Amino acid sequence: MACIEARGLRKAFGKTIALDGVDLRVEEGRIFGLIGPNGAGKSTALNAILGLTRYQGELKVLGRDPWTERDLLMRDVSFIADVAVLPRWMRVWQALDYVGGVHPRFDRNKAEGFLAKTDIGRSRKIRELSKGMVTQLHLALVMAIDAKLLVLDEPTLGLDILYRKQFYDSLLNDYFDRSRTIVVTTHQVEEIQEVLTDLMFIHRGRIVLGCSMEQFEGRYLEVMVRPEHVEAARALRPIHERQVFGRSVLMFDHADRDQLGALGDVRTPSIADLFVAVVGNQVGQGQGAAR
Amino acid sequence: MNPPSNAGPELPVDSQNISPAVLSPTRPIYWSVRRELWENRSLYIAPLMVAAVFLFGFLISTFRLPNKMRGLAELDAAKQQLTVVMPYSMAASMILFTGIVVGLIYCLDALNSERRDRSILFWKSLPVSDRTTVLAKASIPVAFLPLYCMAVALATQLIMLMLSTAVLVVNGVNPATLWTRLPLFQMTLVMIYGVTVHALWYAPIYGWLLLVSAWARRATFLWAALPFVTVLIIERMASGTTYFAAFLKYRLMGAMTEGFAVDALKGPVTRLAQITPLNFLTTPGLWVGLAFAAACLAVAVRLRRNREPI
Repeated sequence: MACIEARGLRKAFGKTIALDGVDLRVEEGRIFGLIGPNGAGKSTALNAILGLTRYQGELKVLGRDPWTERDLLMRDVSFIADVAVLPRWMRVWQALDYVGGVHPRFDRNKAEGFLAKTDIGRSRKIRELSKGMVTQLHLALVMAIDAKLLVLDEPTLGLDILYRKQFYDSLLNDYFDRSRTIVVTTHQVEEIQEVLTDLMFIHRGRIVLGCSMEQFEGRYLEVMVRPEHVEAARALRPIHERQVFGRSVLMFDHADRDQLGALGDVRTPSIADLFVAVVGNQVGQGQGAAR
Repeated sequence: MNPPSNAGPELPVDSQNISPAVLSPTRPIYWSVRRELWENRSLYIAPLMVAAVFLFGFLISTFRLPNKMRGLAELDAAKQQLTVVMPYSMAASMILFTGIVVGLIYCLDALNSERRDRSILFWKSLPVSDRTTVLAKASIPVAFLPLYCMAVALATQLIMLMLSTAVLVVNGVNPATLWTRLPLFQMTLVMIYGVTVHALWYAPIYGWLLLVSAWARRATFLWAALPFVTVLIIERMASGTTYFAAFLKYRLMGAMTEGFAVDALKGPVTRLAQITPLNFLTTPGLWVGLAFAAACLAVAVRLRRNREPI
């Protein structure tokens, strides 16, 4: 059974169409990145998955309908919407008590263990904590829940670079194993490139690309072409071309690595560059950068 | 408060992970109520403050108590009892009234503040249904506050009684007069009845305020009052009648007029003979009100499911 399965997912806010027939399948044990610019429909898709918003179309998360069974679903799903949602009046011990009280899969000792590595005092109020500390606390709460699916919506928004790195490190080292699934959206694409196993681009409510990272690395190549080979490279039908320091960087889909190697330096493109290439081609212009 | 025990360890996923597989259904509601009390400390502080202020005032008034008790014999029996009972009855009414006011203020904000500070996204990330949450919030004015305020009122009355007894003994006045004129046991039974009657009678008001707090983005009080003020004005201008005003007055005062005998409105209620439970239970206003409250809560549950952070 797939962890998340959506078919023809649609959602409109008045005349604005946030999701325009999204098909999506996330298998168990994957780290799935949903990438798109602001307003592309990322958060709407996640909200539908989490039972926070009504939708049209078919959607099953861990075999349940999220809209009608949110409370049951949340026994197996954790999510961090963004860093600012922990109630500001709450004290740290109250948060631990409360989650332990209502969640059947919360391991208090584990959460205490994570917190022991931080400077967060039990009697502090959340409003007194720094943004980084709030994220650490939220992460400690969530990682102590033995969930099957973890959903992260812009989890590092507003954090400084030190915490962003830490965030993904502890997520991978202390939490992720092959029995769990993680879905993450972010527009800080660079920081999750190494983390993901699967990738999906969303733009204007539609999925424009979906592939595993192995496919991504096997399929897309980027060449910084030596000036004398530019015409030869263009003849190989690149999907995108851009200029970096006066040199042409061409991106190819399904090209022969050795053939490209003769034209310049070959490397795997960054997710952000691929996003620009894919979305730019779809729209016919290079708008909607992924960063 | 101790949490209900969480018996029954789950099959451990790893060796240290022992957590209950199935939660008893009362656990989420217990913790939901508890978190309301954490967030809204005024719920239990305000009645205590009123009790403290009243006790302070009463303490000052005990200077006159020995003289008052000495002069008591000159009054007729009814007056005697009224003199003795009055401060005790006033203490209880003030504390219980505070509970109602605190409950009304609480309801106006209960489903609104969690959207304003976006914490609703945190609450919704946990396996607690919208129904449990709304019922937990509704139980604050309907169950917690009445019970709690009653306990505070009773404690206040006992402290007053002990204070008075001590003052009288020190001044060489026999406290027996006080004790025999004060029907504290009957007054407590009447208080339990009165608190229950008010909680049920005001349930539709609490329900309506909860609904508005789930629906409105801001200015919950104005939205809550707007329909009633509008109808009031339209009726007044269109027909010059005041049926709607009478209806509102009935909702505010009905617990007293339907739940107690007529003479209960004139002074302290001290005798069980003054309560009219049968009349109260057969009043259509009670059942219509409760049905309206249930409908409001059902709508509030749906709204909470749909609503996003403000």
